[in-house]
Amino acid sequence: MSQHTFIVNGERVTVDADDKVRLLWVLRDLLGITGPKYGCGINVCKACTSHINGKAVNPCAVPVSAIGPDDEITTIEGLADPETGELHPMQQAWIERDVAQCGYCQPGQIMAAIAKVKQARSEGRDISDRDFDEIRNICRCGTYTRIREAVKSAASRM
Amino acid sequence: MALQRRSPAPGDGPAGLERRRFLGYLLAAPTLAVAARLGGDLASPAPAEAAIPGLPGVADIVDLGDALTLAALPTSGLIAIQLNRDGTVSFAVPRAEVGQGITTTVAMLIAEEMDLPLSKVGVDLADARPELIFNQLTGASNSVRSLYTPVRTAAAIARARLLATAAAQWKVDAGTLTARDGVIRSRSGHTATFGELAEAAAGVRTEEATARLKQPSEFRIIGKPTGRIDALEAVTGRKKFTMDLQVPDAKPTMICRPPTINGTVRAVHNLAEVQAMPGVTDVATVSTGVAVRAETFGQCIDAVRALKVDWGPGTVDGETDETVEAKLRAAALPMAVPPVLTESVEAEFVFAFASNSALETNCAIADVRPDRAEIWAGLKSPIVAQEEIAARLGLPIPAVKVHVVTGGGSFGRKLFADAALEAAEVSKKMGKPVKLMWHRADDSRHGRTHPACISRVRVNHALGNVVSYEQRHTSVATDFGHGLGEILTSVAARLPVGDLTFSETVFTLSTSMPYNFGVTTQLLNEVPLKFHTASMRNVYSPNVVCARELIVDQLAAKMGKDPLEFRRGFLKDDRLRRVLDKAAEVGDWGREMPEGMAQGIALHHEYKSVSAVLMEIDCRPETVNRKIRDAVTGPRVTKAVCVVDAGLPINPAGLEAQMMGCVNDGIAMALTSSLHIDKGLPLEASWDNYFYTRQWNTPPELEVVVLPATTGDPGGAGELAVASAFAAAACAYGRATGTMPTRFPINHGTRSFDPKPTVPPVPESPVDGLNHTF
Repeated sequence: MSQHTFIVNGERVTVDADDKVRLLWVLRDLLGITGPKYGCGINVCKACTSHINGKAVNPCAVPVSAIGPDDEITTIEGLADPETGELHPMQQAWIERDVAQCGYCQPGQIMAAIAKVKQARSEGRDISDRDFDEIRNICRCGTYTRIREAVKSAASRM
Repeated sequence: MALQRRSPAPGDGPAGLERRRFLGYLLAAPTLAVAARLGGDLASPAPAEAAIPGLPGVADIVDLGDALTLAALPTSGLIAIQLNRDGTVSFAVPRAEVGQGITTTVAMLIAEEMDLPLSKVGVDLADARPELIFNQLTGASNSVRSLYTPVRTAAAIARARLLATAAAQWKVDAGTLTARDGVIRSRSGHTATFGELAEAAAGVRTEEATARLKQPSEFRIIGKPTGRIDALEAVTGRKKFTMDLQVPDAKPTMICRPPTINGTVRAVHNLAEVQAMPGVTDVATVSTGVAVRAETFGQCIDAVRALKVDWGPGTVDGETDETVEAKLRAAALPMAVPPVLTESVEAEFVFAFASNSALETNCAIADVRPDRAEIWAGLKSPIVAQEEIAARLGLPIPAVKVHVVTGGGSFGRKLFADAALEAAEVSKKMGKPVKLMWHRADDSRHGRTHPACISRVRVNHALGNVVSYEQRHTSVATDFGHGLGEILTSVAARLPVGDLTFSETVFTLSTSMPYNFGVTTQLLNEVPLKFHTASMRNVYSPNVVCARELIVDQLAAKMGKDPLEFRRGFLKDDRLRRVLDKAAEVGDWGREMPEGMAQGIALHHEYKSVSAVLMEIDCRPETVNRKIRDAVTGPRVTKAVCVVDAGLPINPAGLEAQMMGCVNDGIAMALTSSLHIDKGLPLEASWDNYFYTRQWNTPPELEVVVLPATTGDPGGAGELAVASAFAAAACAYGRATGTMPTRFPINHGTRSFDPKPTVPPVPESPVDGLNHTF
């Protein structure tokens, strides 16, 4: 057991955990942050997608020891404005388009979508079908069409 | 008790059935509480006239949903709504919410009849209530159909009681009062909120009460596209699934499973070593493998991988795709009508095993004590779970409390309580609460599957008419051990004879013939192999209908007719003709397409609802061979149009969502998703092996058309379009390639992945996640 300190959803935390325990379980089982979901444990379903320093990451594939004290982890719980509680435009678009069905994969979908829009923007373009082909988050309810619509709608407001 | 009379509006149809009073109960309670009973009414579609009439099949008159509605009749009266002092209404729906939107639909019904804003209605999932007997099964797209009238009745009685209470307080005639948005107003300016009247309106003793229900023309909420009531929770991470619940001391628990289906533990060679691993608190042998409890699931995975177990054989160790197919073919029932003096079209269609694995793996929390037990899980058949857990633990049924938790998808998986039974066993054995979760590899390999099946069809035709249609469906046995929601029927379904009868009953009640194809027989035979099976969304229909619609395309081609025109000519039912025409119109049927692309059209009716799907597919090499990292691409459905007539669409937005899911399911079943069986075990162990539709497979263009109310009765719809979508994709593929596909999914012959090992049973989690950020 060793101590690990990092920032999660704006708050500095310290946890006791074995170095190799993956971040997903540190978040879920030790810190009680359950927004990131388990769907595979091998970084293929993407249900746990969260952000590290603003980029999409899958905590099921990151040992907690790889996270440094200044790394900022953001989960779906930390997405809304901490001051006002205002939802992120992507969350708003999700509600407007009523995307979620069972909802299990949706925190990961939203976190991935935000990163994808930012990535496209940093490359000087709008989100396109090519980008959707790179969103690997699976949705077994099959909400893909509404995801596409919500992402495009949110992108114009981000 | 004085009740509010609503004046009839024009266009509401004749007085009678619709205008009769519905019976319920005012309950003795601190605040207003109302219960109701009454089932739906049977309505058979009018037979249509064309070609050689086929006799209506059983499913045309009474279908599976009706059977469940009828079964639910005696106990529907136990459904109760309660008005709280703050003006909100609480209702615990005796169904599972697994993404299909039943809580939103029920909230809409209550808000509609009470004239209350939707935001004031709270709908939770009821714990297992054994006194409900049949009436706590979520399946067969039956929830709305069986709850529609009882829920509205309770709400209407509650509203009437509130009006009567206000009228008595203000000494006016209740008929002069109005209720809107949870507030009652009198002509003289009195106002009272529902919350203010909640206590005064409460019953002092339980008594019968009646009310009239709103006419369709009075609906303000029913029929209006409405967002889900749990949407905010879903997008903020606050929506709680079973594994998100914090039950004291219920620590992560996983099972080390055998390398074959139903293999057993002979010996564990390194128990002490694994027990001493970091974080591990307990290791115990149970009936399904070796259970490990630890501080984190990550440490469970490590411990499961470290276990050295000597495994005994399983129940289907010798089976492969090929042996199963041979057994199915040998068991096929013979055709009865020889092609004498007629021409015939005949074909055999082979369907691989498919997985109904949801994104949330099988999971449950169990806290078993010597004298009681408490269970939390997503369960569509919670009474069976409760009774079976009680039996296995040796506890009386009331000592086992079963909480139904919102599920992360079901697709048939949650009809069974596999994880709850296992969690109870492990908790008892360890003497501690457990939070048990299946690894994805277990969920894929040891979880329940949609069984492999073969459908053989022979059609005899002469002089432009179809004289006979015979379909022989042969399937690995589907486990219906969940029965109709209650242990007695559940046990009956597991008897060898009982199960066959039960399967045949389900098949007969769900299989319909929409065409006038003369003498029609559709029969099921099952091969009892001991795989873990269950219904998958739409049960038999996707396979049965896919085979039928492909044959219809063959017939049309042979008679020199356009597939759409052929279908129109032989359809029995105007509702079907309407959805078909609408799909053709919206999808621009018959438009010019490049070589290698084609349209396909197909239809299906079930659950008193009808659907038609038109798809366009691109089978050109540049599309089929396009490369996406670690992905199966292949033919792409570029456009899908799904038209649905659900009788009375209560929430068109929810219905549209369900149709979107059905389309993606159908595409997966036609093109990409299947299990390969080797030594009795699926080779697929995760989402990188099992190719459910992904963003790169989903149609870039999807249009769902929800037709306005037709019959006035809500039909089922959660699964409705899986069959028509599967068939449309298959028909489009056949027309694009010029060859009718006969093996599904079409890529099953190509294994697109390297199988993961079976020992250890679960893969290690990677450590390179930071190299893949974006």
